[in-house]
Amino acid sequence: MNILEFTILIWLGSLVAGFLGSLTGLGGGVVIVPLLALMFGVDIRYAIGASLVSVIATSSGAAAAYVKEGYSNIRIGMFLEIATTLGALVGASLAARVSTSVIAVIFGVVLIYSAYLSSRPRLDIISDDQPDLLATRLRMDASYPTPEGLQIYHVHAIPAGFSLMFIAGTLSGLLGIGSGAVKVLAMDQAMRIPFKVSTTTSNFMIGVTAAASAGVYLNRGYIDPGLAMPVMLGVLLGSVLGTRVLVSAPSRLLRMLFGGVILVLAIEMIYNGLTGRL
Amino acid sequence: MPQTHRPWTDEQVEQIVGNLLRTGVIVAALVVLVGGVLYLVRHGATSPDYQVFRGEPADLRSVSGIVTDALSLRSRGVIQLGLLLLIATPVARVAFSVFAFARQHDRPYVLVTLIVLALLISSLAGGRL
Repeated sequence: MNILEFTILIWLGSLVAGFLGSLTGLGGGVVIVPLLALMFGVDIRYAIGASLVSVIATSSGAAAAYVKEGYSNIRIGMFLEIATTLGALVGASLAARVSTSVIAVIFGVVLIYSAYLSSRPRLDIISDDQPDLLATRLRMDASYPTPEGLQIYHVHAIPAGFSLMFIAGTLSGLLGIGSGAVKVLAMDQAMRIPFKVSTTTSNFMIGVTAAASAGVYLNRGYIDPGLAMPVMLGVLLGSVLGTRVLVSAPSRLLRMLFGGVILVLAIEMIYNGLTGRL
Repeated sequence: MPQTHRPWTDEQVEQIVGNLLRTGVIVAALVVLVGGVLYLVRHGATSPDYQVFRGEPADLRSVSGIVTDALSLRSRGVIQLGLLLLIATPVARVAFSVFAFARQHDRPYVLVTLIVLALLISSLAGGRL
């Protein structure tokens, strides 16, 4: 296989990953690393570098569409980005010290957890909804558009959300993924933010988090242009196509299908990590 | 006291941020595409080698090295410049938010955003924790 064929195959694989990732809301990044490492035999560090780049591309591309709809909350996002960027720098530094087998195993576990989280129905937690003192001080409470008009929401448990975001950032830096699942968990479950707001705000933050890790990866020489090029262009085009058909697609079946693929990839990552093949 | 300009609303800021992000991604993707075509034309027939990790050469690791390579139209340098522009897009968004919060006279968030910006710049500048 020469570079031209290799590039086209990786571009096609990334296109499908980006398409399914955006269609199912799981993000294409989660399957890029296993795809490159398991199917193409790429060293996991190069794979993570290329994946990070694609994460920035899809996040920024999607965020551009989301912000205009008025769901995302810039204040919540910016405040939590302190935690995610700090975490990302820690994670990216860890990546150089931890063996690739360990990274593969952690990757597999996070994949399974992400698939599990996204398979559960997401319901907004309706509570007595007393404003939180810290959230009020930080002016995080806001409103979002619904069919019945603007809905006001209050933000809670900022320290817990902040800590979870630090973990999300660390995983993102270590594994080269957006770790959107952990971010959404922090915002939905801990901070009790309505899920439309948490999904878009999380997506908004993923790009900044990934940029923090990508800087470190670039300086380390983990980002290879020849490999990152087809991955970035493929995932980006795939996710743009995915958002176009979002409305009409039978998303439940697709989610289960993509969830199944992720589970298989996760088990393979763990197996190959444990046997020292990655 | 008369104000020189009216503070922006959150909605206006979000509109500008949306356009900034979209432009950044499109420009980055185009540069990567041009570099990619050059790369495939020049190196397409050779074999790929990603099984053993060696790390990139020094010129593809630093901002100045990448710019130099891209200006001399070395294909891998051009791609890397596109990737650098892509990484810079969220950074530009954060930098713009500093300015936007300042115009909204929102001091706590100017500080919050400056911290995020400092972390991002230290990462790109090769700083590590």
